[in-house]
Amino acid sequence: MATILEPTIFELSSPGRIGVTMPASDVPHSDLPNKNLLRSDLPLPELAEVDVVRHYMKLSKFNYSVDDGFYPLGSCTMKYNPKINEDTCRLPGFLYTHPLQPIETVQGNLVLMYELQEWLKEISGFAGMTLQPAAGAHGEFTGVLMMAAYHKSRNDSKRTKMLIPDAAHGTNPASAGMLGFSVVTIPSDARGNVDLKALAAACDDTVVGMMLTNPNTLGMFDENIEKVIELVHKCGGLMYGDGANLNALLGIVRPGDLGFDVMHFNLHKTFSVPHGGGGPGSGPVGVSERLVDFLPSPLVGILEDGEDEIPPLYGFVTPKQTIGRMKAFHGHFGGGLVRAYTYIAMHGLDGLKAISQFAVLNANYLQARLRGTYTIPYDRICMHEFVAEGQFAGSDVRALDIAKRLMDYNFHPPTNYFPLIVHEALMIEPTETENKDTLDRFADALIKIAEEAKSQPELLHDAPHITPFGRMDEVKAARELVLCCWLPEDYQNQ
Amino acid sequence: MNVPSNLKYTKSDEWFDPSSGAMGITDYAQGQLSDIVFVELLVEEGEDVTVGKAIASVESVKASAEIYASAAGKVSAVNKGLSDKPETLNSDPYGEGWMIKVAGGVAGDVMDAAEYEKYCAGRAH
Repeated sequence: MATILEPTIFELSSPGRIGVTMPASDVPHSDLPNKNLLRSDLPLPELAEVDVVRHYMKLSKFNYSVDDGFYPLGSCTMKYNPKINEDTCRLPGFLYTHPLQPIETVQGNLVLMYELQEWLKEISGFAGMTLQPAAGAHGEFTGVLMMAAYHKSRNDSKRTKMLIPDAAHGTNPASAGMLGFSVVTIPSDARGNVDLKALAAACDDTVVGMMLTNPNTLGMFDENIEKVIELVHKCGGLMYGDGANLNALLGIVRPGDLGFDVMHFNLHKTFSVPHGGGGPGSGPVGVSERLVDFLPSPLVGILEDGEDEIPPLYGFVTPKQTIGRMKAFHGHFGGGLVRAYTYIAMHGLDGLKAISQFAVLNANYLQARLRGTYTIPYDRICMHEFVAEGQFAGSDVRALDIAKRLMDYNFHPPTNYFPLIVHEALMIEPTETENKDTLDRFADALIKIAEEAKSQPELLHDAPHITPFGRMDEVKAARELVLCCWLPEDYQNQ
Repeated sequence: MNVPSNLKYTKSDEWFDPSSGAMGITDYAQGQLSDIVFVELLVEEGEDVTVGKAIASVESVKASAEIYASAAGKVSAVNKGLSDKPETLNSDPYGEGWMIKVAGGVAGDVMDAAEYEKYCAGRAH
């Protein structure tokens, strides 16, 4: 195992080493207003600038990103993000504005937000749109708040149950739980659809609604989607759509047309806003006609119509029964909205449709190449992703071993152990941005690894071999939590 | 897979001992979860639990799971040491890995050992 050790920045510290030498002060000395704000006892590392640069340069080379290679992390839609986005979000008119500026001075920004709202409505078939939520789960929370507000406005107070299929994203039950709703899990049937019998049995007048990820985490489009929505609506519930897997549907199906009442987008998945590494997410939420009045405030609207040469005046509007503000200011403007706007404008309707067509084609191509070598428990035409089992009869190789071994072939591993309804799950989402050569190299690697699992299982158990660090001890890391360099008692003794 | 014949079992892989009132997770469950790294018991001594109430939250390197009461009754003991040694659930799920005990426990919809063994076999791939 090739372990390349790079000490921590604290271990590299040497007393007295400094980055810059300050000249003698040429202004009168004055005391700080509040000395308690400063702590001289903090164990800050002492290094020269060059050492700091080299340290972080080394660490950055240990990284792996979608700009390095294939990144088939299921349900994360780790597509390549076009670099033109980086130009547009740094245009001075966007970069050097502040959300507290008078609206007359930021009309360009407001036009962009207004048009993005309209475009997302067109793409999804919804009647209203907010751009505020910071990311997907925040969008879910916003959506569920609106569902709660809707029932409350009708004095329908006995609705406390949220129906969530077992093939949903894990954030769905968490979002429902945040509002104090109890979660009722609905099983999947043998084809990976919502089990209609179980759903019908759970539908009654205590149902807030259902949160459905479609396509679901098996990469399956629910074949009975209209029936599912009808059942939920019939008992007075609202239909929430998790839009995280929207990359399969652009220009093909509109969730609003299917009858969904609310859905969040993940601009950082579908619309090429970078993510991973804690980058800015963005989770706009679309709603059907009956939830429009509950949208967060403010939305971007037209305050005064334009005429002839005079453009309209864009500004902020407040929905009648708004749930209020979900975020300081108006969402992740430069980080999310400008990039997503650029991406949509660049592709247009036909381009967006092609994105989904190629995302689905690529996933099906990989699935077809791996069929026979890996068990695919829900084996039918998939959407943008599919789930294989990372285990072989008579072998003690597990999904984790396969995932780690893929790193030796210079691929980022797929999502593993999710969804929970598949044993040793490997959840693979290639996205539309990969060419056939890359897909073939990845399939070849997985097929080779399946052979290795039989002939040299230890190769998999000990993987990865070529990374700076070998197999991490996940159990030890989770059981013995050490989250800082110094224990509190050490710190006090210094 | 270890399935003691004196215990009762739920479909969600909990066991219940009618003679001692103890309950916990099965050998099958700990095997599916793999290395368990965190346990939080959600009920206290003296509390009344109903069948299906969440009594513990368990996390492994693979997944997290809620553990539900397999019988109703008043909680007479809680295995407080478990949270310091979550690995006990892997090594001894029916012994040291017991979670809570209830007095006068009334089991819910449970299976006997033979039925549970068949149920587990039906889920294996």
